[in-house]
Amino acid sequence: MLDLQTAPPETAQLAVAPVITARGLTKSYDRRSVILRGVDLQIQPGERIALIGSNGCGKSTLLKCLIGLHPISGGELDCLGARMQGGGSRAERQRLRQQTGFVFQKHCLVRRRTVLSNVIHGLFGAPGSWRAFSHSIAPEPWRQRALEALDAVNLADKAMMRADALSGGQQQRVAIARALVRRPRLLIADEPAASLDPVSGRNVMDLFQSLCGGQGITLLFTSHDMKHALDYATRVVALKQGRVLFDKPSGRVSQSDLNETFHG
Amino acid sequence: MADPRPLPTPDRMGGLSPAAFAALVTVGALVLVSMNNVAPSLGQLADGVPGMLRLVGRMLPPNTEADFLARIALRILETFQIALAGAAIGIVLSLPIAWLSARGLSPLGRGAFLVKAFVSLLRTIPDLVWALLFVATVGLGAVAGTMTIMVDTIGFCGRFFAEAMEDAEREPQEALRAIGANRASVLVGGVLPDIMPSLINSSLFALEKAVRSSVVLGLVGAGGIGQELKVAFDLFQYRNASMIILVIFAIVLLMELCTDKLRARVR
Repeated sequence: MLDLQTAPPETAQLAVAPVITARGLTKSYDRRSVILRGVDLQIQPGERIALIGSNGCGKSTLLKCLIGLHPISGGELDCLGARMQGGGSRAERQRLRQQTGFVFQKHCLVRRRTVLSNVIHGLFGAPGSWRAFSHSIAPEPWRQRALEALDAVNLADKAMMRADALSGGQQQRVAIARALVRRPRLLIADEPAASLDPVSGRNVMDLFQSLCGGQGITLLFTSHDMKHALDYATRVVALKQGRVLFDKPSGRVSQSDLNETFHG
Repeated sequence: MADPRPLPTPDRMGGLSPAAFAALVTVGALVLVSMNNVAPSLGQLADGVPGMLRLVGRMLPPNTEADFLARIALRILETFQIALAGAAIGIVLSLPIAWLSARGLSPLGRGAFLVKAFVSLLRTIPDLVWALLFVATVGLGAVAGTMTIMVDTIGFCGRFFAEAMEDAEREPQEALRAIGANRASVLVGGVLPDIMPSLINSSLFALEKAVRSSVVLGLVGAGGIGQELKVAFDLFQYRNASMIILVIFAIVLLMELCTDKLRARVR
């Protein structure tokens, strides 16, 4: 099984510092399309956070801002020690992404490559990462690490199959293995179960819970499935029109909270 | 109760604006004027038939002398080498050029259009003109032919590779960027595998095109079988010419069969 020890924190201070601190975070693409309107959020190491809200409320944008895929427009953002004002410097983005795994809604695998190569792609950005292009030129320790990640998601036997030959659920598990192979401290998942049937979706969420819960990886995921949000998260953060509507432990989220999030 | 009023019938020319109609009439007029000026008349065609039959008669039977065939074989080999070397170098050089010119992927940002314009320039100038230029600069022979094919291939593949890169799936690229992959890694890890069938198809077309082009380059002194064909016509050796045309036909047909088979296997 994969040794999912997370990357060692650089200082003792980092080990206890929040993983994410956002204050007054704003994001707009132009004057008319303001997506985030002053988001305050703090996430501690090891937490599992569900980000919920209607379509277009800014969930995916917030996730992408956290790792500098979209530069923020205003406010303060500190993610794993990297200050991401204006998207952060290239070096900071690189350092941050080294410690972060990102799972997309539509798994986003390179469909014509093998499962093993896709998982090894997770090591792009590491020194010598041009060899992460394909499993056939990757160093042996990387191949081994990728196989262990595949084993952790029960797909080691599919390593040499083409990615597009797998089912949607299996492809999502490969995407999770790709995120895990870099031994992240923070795992971000944007509606990881949205494109899956209920059983596959539940399996994927179980996998997140066991892998992250057991190894102390901080998990931040978005979901439209309230059962997933309440069952698998320790805390639920609701966004509405680009602002945090509520931020509370999942056990204390009431039906009226959900009604206000989606209807009110 | 049914409405007694008749249903409004759609306008017969509803999809055609007055401007479009005027443009259509202008193009039609241009075609007719051009045909009147340069297309053969029925009388000219009728007059040409006996001449064509006489020429075909002088071309038959094709020359099958062993010495001649050996000379042709060497020229065909040279032609094939010109096509293969020129296309291979052109295809390899097209990849970075296409990357530099691909919108949304190019490290040059908005400067990508300059590279695109350069590729257009290579494509716009016909291969025989390139051959004349290279014969004038590097001299008569196969090297000029190879350089011509190379430039022609860059013009062709540079455009199609860039278009394929621009059309590649965006999601895997974003996923790789989220991981921390740089531009080159996104290209090699995400874009190229996705567009590989398109790259292979374009490359095979380029090779096919290179073989067809290389047989005529000899007409302007850039090596290959075309040189023999020109000599045969210049010296009225029509039986030699017919043999060369048959060999060219066989080579191009063989090439097309091979590339068709390879294309069918790409998925």
